[in-house]
Amino acid sequence: MTTVIIKTTTKFLASLILTFGAYIILHGHLTPGGGFQGGAVFASGLALLIVANRYDDVKRAFKRVPLSSLESIGALGFLGTAALGFMGYTFFKNVIANSGFPLFGEPTPIGINPGYLNTGGTLTYMNIFVGTKVLAGLTSIILIFFLLLGVKKDE
Amino acid sequence: MRRSLGLFAFIGFTLFLLAAAISLRPFGEPVHTEMDTYFIQHAQEEASANNVVTSVVFDYRGFDTLGEATVLFTAVAGVLMALRKREVSS
Repeated sequence: MTTVIIKTTTKFLASLILTFGAYIILHGHLTPGGGFQGGAVFASGLALLIVANRYDDVKRAFKRVPLSSLESIGALGFLGTAALGFMGYTFFKNVIANSGFPLFGEPTPIGINPGYLNTGGTLTYMNIFVGTKVLAGLTSIILIFFLLLGVKKDE
Repeated sequence: MRRSLGLFAFIGFTLFLLAAAISLRPFGEPVHTEMDTYFIQHAQEEASANNVVTSVVFDYRGFDTLGEATVLFTAVAGVLMALRKREVSS
């Protein structure tokens, strides 16, 4: 399955796709997109890497990647960020927004503006956690299908 | 007896559907105007995000996203659980 065309294309495309996925996750509060979509794009880049490489290389490379831990971290981080709202407010209250917190805590200018990265409050943290969760989950599904059904001796 | 009862139920249900179709809201008329206006006017200052959709998904309706994340988690857990045994044996 891993022809020269796929390998050569993957060398150029995989890094671009991974960068684009990370961009979508990080800019979820400014541009269309967010955690789910960015995580899916990131997982598609990893799927390209999985499909284009040899069976043993993929197995050895992904043995050290804690995918299930990443998914659990994403879920628990999402719940924990939501539970931050219990500090005087209710569940899912955006407590960091407009509070001057160093990361993502600056208030956004009202009206039509290009948008600044350092805004958004807990929305950005939730985007990052959900993105981690989605990319770990989808990648683990693709990986286990590849490890089960993949051809062991190609080329 | 049963047949006439079924016919009666069919006619009644059809009339109910027709009445519901006639009393539909005209196309293009929004249902919850107050909520839409509130989101558009207050999302930028309350959630401090330029993308109003993100502030709706993660702030105003965060429980929705929590459910979606749980669905994905359950799907991944189900796939891994269903395929684990064969992987060990092979």
